[in-house]
Amino acid sequence: MIGNLPFVVCMILVGLGLWTLLSRRNLIKLAIGITLIESGVNLFLVALGYVERGVAPIYTYAPPRAKMVLPTPQALTLTSIVIGLATTALMLAFAVVIYRHRGTLDARKIRELRG
Amino acid sequence: MTFGVHAPILAIAVPLLGAFALPVFTKLHRSLRDIWAAAVGAFTCAMVITVAVQVFTSGVQVYTLGAASPTASVVQGGFPIRIVLAVDGMSAFMGLISALVGLASLVYSFGFLKEEQGKTLAMTLFFLLWAGMLGMEYTGDMFNFFVFLEVTSIAACSLVGYRTWESAPVEAAFKTMAMYTVGGLLVLLSIGILYGEYGALNIAYLSSKVVGSQLDKIALGLLLGGLLMKAGAVPAHMWAPDAYGEAPAQAAIVLVANTQASLYGLWRVLFTLFVGVLSAPAVGWLVASLGALTILVAVLAAVTQRDLGRLIAYGAVSQIGYMLLGVGVGLAALSSRQDWGLVAMKGGIFHMLNDAATVGLLMLAAGVVRRATGTKDLASLGGLGHDLKWTSGFFLLGVLALAGIPPLNGFASKFLIYESSFRLSPILAAIAVLGSILLLAVFARAFQGAFLGPRLREARPASPAMLAAMGILAAVILAMGLAPGFFVEHLVGPAAEALWRGRDLYLAAVLGG
Repeated sequence: MIGNLPFVVCMILVGLGLWTLLSRRNLIKLAIGITLIESGVNLFLVALGYVERGVAPIYTYAPPRAKMVLPTPQALTLTSIVIGLATTALMLAFAVVIYRHRGTLDARKIRELRG
Repeated sequence: MTFGVHAPILAIAVPLLGAFALPVFTKLHRSLRDIWAAAVGAFTCAMVITVAVQVFTSGVQVYTLGAASPTASVVQGGFPIRIVLAVDGMSAFMGLISALVGLASLVYSFGFLKEEQGKTLAMTLFFLLWAGMLGMEYTGDMFNFFVFLEVTSIAACSLVGYRTWESAPVEAAFKTMAMYTVGGLLVLLSIGILYGEYGALNIAYLSSKVVGSQLDKIALGLLLGGLLMKAGAVPAHMWAPDAYGEAPAQAAIVLVANTQASLYGLWRVLFTLFVGVLSAPAVGWLVASLGALTILVAVLAAVTQRDLGRLIAYGAVSQIGYMLLGVGVGLAALSSRQDWGLVAMKGGIFHMLNDAATVGLLMLAAGVVRRATGTKDLASLGGLGHDLKWTSGFFLLGVLALAGIPPLNGFASKFLIYESSFRLSPILAAIAVLGSILLLAVFARAFQGAFLGPRLREARPASPAMLAAMGILAAVILAMGLAPGFFVEHLVGPAAEALWRGRDLYLAAVLGG
């Protein structure tokens, strides 16, 4: 009996992430904002597959005639988490290299590419 | 022909395997790596051409993963349970573009990249990007589309920023990565919404079930936003000039093909997934206006550029505008089935091929300039035509083709767009013509500044591999300019038809009638 609450929470997370992207200038914080959006989307996918009082969708372990949650969104979420790991790692690596070159993580001070 | 059945998956799997095996071969010997790369590239191109021939002669090709026969994609009751690759005329056409650009990039990188500057790494990433692009174009499944989208994002950003000993490429890569990731997540969110509503990820099945609810409209908006972010259309174009300008030349042309793969995703979403429920004139107007805005903003920004790479990059962004304009006009005319709508679609789709060839040629020529002089700053370049005769010729050809000077290919596609967008609104056509004129002025100035005038310094001539790569693209440009009718009839026409009225065929092929 939780209704649409999980979806609302997911969208709040996505909104927070977008707000972080727009309002912060530190490269690490930008990466955190993107991770927030990603977590919101992942939670959204998992919440989609939830069935009231469902059990884990492992056919051989489930009690007979039990309701199972949907397995597909969980598979999607796993894939999405792995992709998220790669993108986050890559962004942080770029941030480290930028810091070594410039000695700052402030996006406003990194102006070489403006215009 | 049993082997040909497997061509779609081989076109994706072979470059993927090729990418990961490449560093292993380098450990053994460098010449082994070059042979391997050439073999993988040739095989992938052969597979893409096989797919295209099959699609253009016998209709939509469906390949089912994990099942013995392609007809096993659907269980009783029409519910698709398997992952499918579905290749129709548009997908096959996009595959050909990717293959052409990939081939040119591969040939160019043999002569362009230096061993001590991560040649193996760059080639590995290139093959990954190639596999991701072909996957985006061939897949028949929304989630796989997202996965391949992210594969291209990661590979593309690594290609932009792998030269970590300089600061600018890495900054461009960070910016691009942020835009790509947010765009990709918007796409994933909308895929989640669609899955929650219809319980499926198969594009054809979704298309047959979609009802046009409020949630569908949100999903469409998210897909539109996410894919346009990746395609680099205004107002989400900020990453494009940085990425194109800073990426090494052989990577920049693949980035252009990658933005086109995102545009292909947009066409697929609009014309196959949502066409039954969206209000086509409104969305068509939106896409066409975004296209006109992209042309205007990118061309005006190009006027002020002092760096050859960024100037070409803004030229590339403006070309995205022409594609959006053409296909948007087509979508606006879709519900009334006006003839000029199909003409506009042909123009927009033909322009994708033209853009890949012309912008690719310009970027490769700019790469030669950078390698010859160590700079891309127009103020300090000049008189390169004395030493780089072939490159100057190729650059001039690219400039004329990009600006749409008859009889070159850019004129053929742009004329189709002018003619048809005028029927929708003269203002759109006026912006398109104005954009072309300004573009010619900008690029004529760049050509004059870099290649003409007295010789300022000794320039290192291009290597044969680089000339060969530019020669491939130049030959395609000339062929398309001299015989545009042939290309429109045999390649562009079927691709445009596949979007225009091919949805039912696509659905029937995947869902089994």
